Amino acid sequence: MSSPAKATPPMIRMVGVHKRFGSLPVLKDINLEISRGEVVVVLGPSGAGKSTLCRTINRLEPIDGGRIEIDGAPLPAEGRALARLRADVGMVFQQFNLFAHKTIVQNVALAPVLVRKISKADAHQAAMQLLARVGISDQADKYPVQLSGGQQQRAAIARALAMRPKVMLFDEPTSALDPEMVQEVLDVMTSLVREGMTMLVVTHEMGFARRAADRVVFMSGGEIVEDSPPDQFFTAPRSDRAKDFLGKILTH
Amino acid sequence: MIELLVDNRDLYLTGFRNTILLFVLAGIGALVVGALLAAMRVSPVPVLRLVGSGYVNIFRNTPLTLVFFFFAFAYPRLDLLDVPFFTRAVLALVVYTAAFVCEVVRSGINTVEVGQAEASRALGLTFVQTLTAIVVPQAIRSVVPPLTSVLNALLKNTTVAAGFAVAEAGQITPTLSERGASVLIGMVWIAIGFLILVIPLTATQRTLEKRWSVAR
Repeated sequence: MSSPAKATPPMIRMVGVHKRFGSLPVLKDINLEISRGEVVVVLGPSGAGKSTLCRTINRLEPIDGGRIEIDGAPLPAEGRALARLRADVGMVFQQFNLFAHKTIVQNVALAPVLVRKISKADAHQAAMQLLARVGISDQADKYPVQLSGGQQQRAAIARALAMRPKVMLFDEPTSALDPEMVQEVLDVMTSLVREGMTMLVVTHEMGFARRAADRVVFMSGGEIVEDSPPDQFFTAPRSDRAKDFLGKILTH
Repeated sequence: MIELLVDNRDLYLTGFRNTILLFVLAGIGALVVGALLAAMRVSPVPVLRLVGSGYVNIFRNTPLTLVFFFFAFAYPRLDLLDVPFFTRAVLALVVYTAAFVCEVVRSGINTVEVGQAEASRALGLTFVQTLTAIVVPQAIRSVVPPLTSVLNALLKNTTVAAGFAVAEAGQITPTLSERGASVLIGMVWIAIGFLILVIPLTATQRTLEKRWSVAR
């Protein structure tokens, strides 16, 4: 891997990114770098633009201005080049979005076969190993609806990992879960952190942010308001908006 | 009553054989062309979307007899490839029915949650892969009942070909009256014949609905 810019470019680099929905600006001048192996948690009130930021990184949301680079390469426009890049960027959605007409193991093995051209047998074997790793190998032959939310989200993480991504994006992975299922998903995510995966996590789980994040990015009104280590953010937030946000969360 | 059927079995056999042949060939053609049109209508390329919607608007609003008139009388004057009338009848049915198949498939595609296609794209699947591996297999479930209706209409529309000299089931009655047999009884047998043909269609619909309703 050669890069003209630096020996090791940041895994994700966003420079002056702007995004509007109609006339409503949702991302304003976003500048963000995430290094290899770094875990960044994005916090903020709803409507702050956290999910949109996450979704611009693999161009599920096209941007209106600025620049996004993944591992030193600029994000391509629609087409095969974009598909290739997306294959290297894992994504986990709030609503899981498992393929409803495929079994769990088929969900995990599908993209490696279609995109990476791995043989079906190898993909199946790898998928089973991943399902064991997230603790649901006994659910392999069931359909998504037959699983609990927590199991579905763990399957979705396995599906993303099957592509051996360079970086993982989590868009509120526990927000659609019943409270008792949040921990099992966070445990899988924490194990990924330990293995050195580069991650960007949009979440409301303060405990996870405190324990697992290298940096906390606080967004409000489409802007990055603070970017600091979790200790500093939770004990001594600099901005009023962050203080206000933390005050609301910690009082109930 | 049964004698009429026995006496004219040659007529009924060729008639219904041609009906089935027209139906099967036109059905396959219409499904393929209709699916392609639907893909065009949901594609990210504006030109393809325009062609798709233009096609549907023209052929869905044209009477079938007019389409047949074109293939029967206008087509030979175009000095294109000379094809037998049976093939032209199949073409007329395909061209007409594909517009309806397209709209049924497209409405089915719209019933599939956006998140399914997003997850597929996020994994690196191309537009065509997303459509064929993720979206269409799920769209088909909600498409089976209306698609059966479209195919049912196609089956009955094959009789229009009789008016253009294809010896299918609709051609039986005029020939019967030439032979001096009872047209009324002859028609009853044709109706029964069509009922028998519809049964496998409906049965297939039931089986498919049952099989696919589980995995939602």
